[in-house]
Amino acid sequence: MAARGCGGVWRQAWQRGAGGPGPGPGPSPRGQRAVACNAKGGAVPAGKRGLAPWIPVVGLEIHAQISSNSKLFSGSQVQFAAPPNSLVSFFDASLPGTLPVLNRRCVEAAVMTGLALNCSINKKSLFDRKHYFYADLPAGYQITQQRVPIAVNGSLSYSLCIDNKMSQMVTKTVRIKQIQLEQDSGKSLHDDARSQTLVDLNRAGVGLMEVVMEPDMCCGEEAAAAVRELQLILQTLGSSQAVMAEGQLRVDANVSVHHPGEPYGVRTEVKNINSIRFLAKAVDYEIQRQIEELENGGTILNETRAFDSKLGCTVPMRDKEGKQDYRFMPEPNLPPLILYDAKSLPANMNHQQVINIDWIQERLPDLPSVKREKLVEQYGILPEHSFTLLNEDGLAEFFESVVKQTQMKPKKVIGWILNDLLSYLKEHSLTVKESPVSSFLLADLLNLLEKKEISSTAAKQVLAELWKGEGKTPLEIVKEQKLGLLQDQKELEQICQAVIDGQENEVIMMVPG
Amino acid sequence: QKVSVEVLDHLEHLALVDFRDSEGVERLQKAIQFADQLHEVNTDGVEPMDSVLEDRWCLYLREDDVTEGNCTKDLLENAREKVEEYFVAPPGTDFLTKV
Repeated sequence: MAARGCGGVWRQAWQRGAGGPGPGPGPSPRGQRAVACNAKGGAVPAGKRGLAPWIPVVGLEIHAQISSNSKLFSGSQVQFAAPPNSLVSFFDASLPGTLPVLNRRCVEAAVMTGLALNCSINKKSLFDRKHYFYADLPAGYQITQQRVPIAVNGSLSYSLCIDNKMSQMVTKTVRIKQIQLEQDSGKSLHDDARSQTLVDLNRAGVGLMEVVMEPDMCCGEEAAAAVRELQLILQTLGSSQAVMAEGQLRVDANVSVHHPGEPYGVRTEVKNINSIRFLAKAVDYEIQRQIEELENGGTILNETRAFDSKLGCTVPMRDKEGKQDYRFMPEPNLPPLILYDAKSLPANMNHQQVINIDWIQERLPDLPSVKREKLVEQYGILPEHSFTLLNEDGLAEFFESVVKQTQMKPKKVIGWILNDLLSYLKEHSLTVKESPVSSFLLADLLNLLEKKEISSTAAKQVLAELWKGEGKTPLEIVKEQKLGLLQDQKELEQICQAVIDGQENEVIMMVPG
Repeated sequence: QKVSVEVLDHLEHLALVDFRDSEGVERLQKAIQFADQLHEVNTDGVEPMDSVLEDRWCLYLREDDVTEGNCTKDLLENAREKVEEYFVAPPGTDFLTKV
């Protein structure tokens, strides 16, 4: 099921409905979208048998692990792979007599992220306890910010290609409801064979930023694009490394459908989404499932479902009996978190104890959107090129490095980067850092081309040879394979004459004609 | 005012507490009655207090240094059951069912 923008999915669901018994509208003409996007941007697909169209609504709850040395409320280390229960302090294990002590770096990370997402930073935010029982939550509650989070009311802009054409990009915005600081839980390994759960608390207490996105999205593609942009922003800020595969970025999707003009439908929560690609699939599947369920006269339960990546579908999660009652209460061991700005900076306080929002704002690095604009302006490349450059870790830097080392115009260099280099990397599943062809080598090659010492075709051959990583320079390869363009007129004449001489008969036959 | 059976079940489930006999339930009802006296205070227009420190800024910020951890042996010492440095717990949320 390809998520080709909002159009692709709904055509499928629609056609499936039309395939059933009874009269139905015929399949849409080839190439024409069965879906029109309404003014709000949401897909409004035609239901089967002339039923009213559906508007899908998608919201996201994203947990980003904060990139810090130690945990949110304790001094144990934050590290991905380590021997079980080796990165656990007495507080993390919830032993009696221990107290939380807030990590300054985690607060700064949350403020940076809030500012980058255009949020209002709450100068006074509070911590609360969210209670539930689970083996990997030794305290029986999670410290979070339910009443007054650290940042609220922001926005995130992201771009989508229309109809899969990179040349037609549209910008969308999703509102950020809030960002809150909270603790991560430990990890449970279920051993069904021996009917037990093994618990590793290394992750318990690691700082998380929960980013809540309002339900402004309408399909898997939008959700995926929004999360991708958030990922790039977090990585640029350094507040989180946001690698989904290592659990540093976790996304839960809230999905519902309703008819235009009617109130929002019952929503389901979809969990266990492990990549951006699966996020798009999971969201689109769930939307389709809900539409089919409702069109068949069924109802949607307000439940939590897990995405099964192998089957490509969502299934109800076990262990979720009824609505949870978290019994929120203020965290009695933590006073309010107070942040300052230039105006409210206290006079006689230890600098280490003061967090200045304005100071952080001034030091924010260029966000991806700004970087893209600068690339387009500085090098005259197309906007869609800037997207691809930033989408691949290290590619923009590689490009700029080549441009510095060659006389070839950036507009020509970009073609070599995006068409040739990038496709090689993708073919061999390599990152830019792992490229056997360095920016120096590529620049060297492009210089030969620019000076017209080789043809474009020959350059591609040389690149293929360079890719083998045998340590030869472009010039060496050119000489070896005799790919050099002949510049000497006399030499050219000699060769042509030799050819003609060697084919005397053919020439004689050709001349009269 | 009596505590309904539904509320009782709900509380037992949430708090993992077994009220067991009528004496336990009686005690619970008396505790609720006692706490209800708080309703006699008029709190209109009064901000809830969540810290006696009030506005005196006092939340200590720690530097991001690794100062703890690496005490697996100590932590596992009191565990009733362990498997290769993992704590062992009943599967899923089995501990919610009554003994």
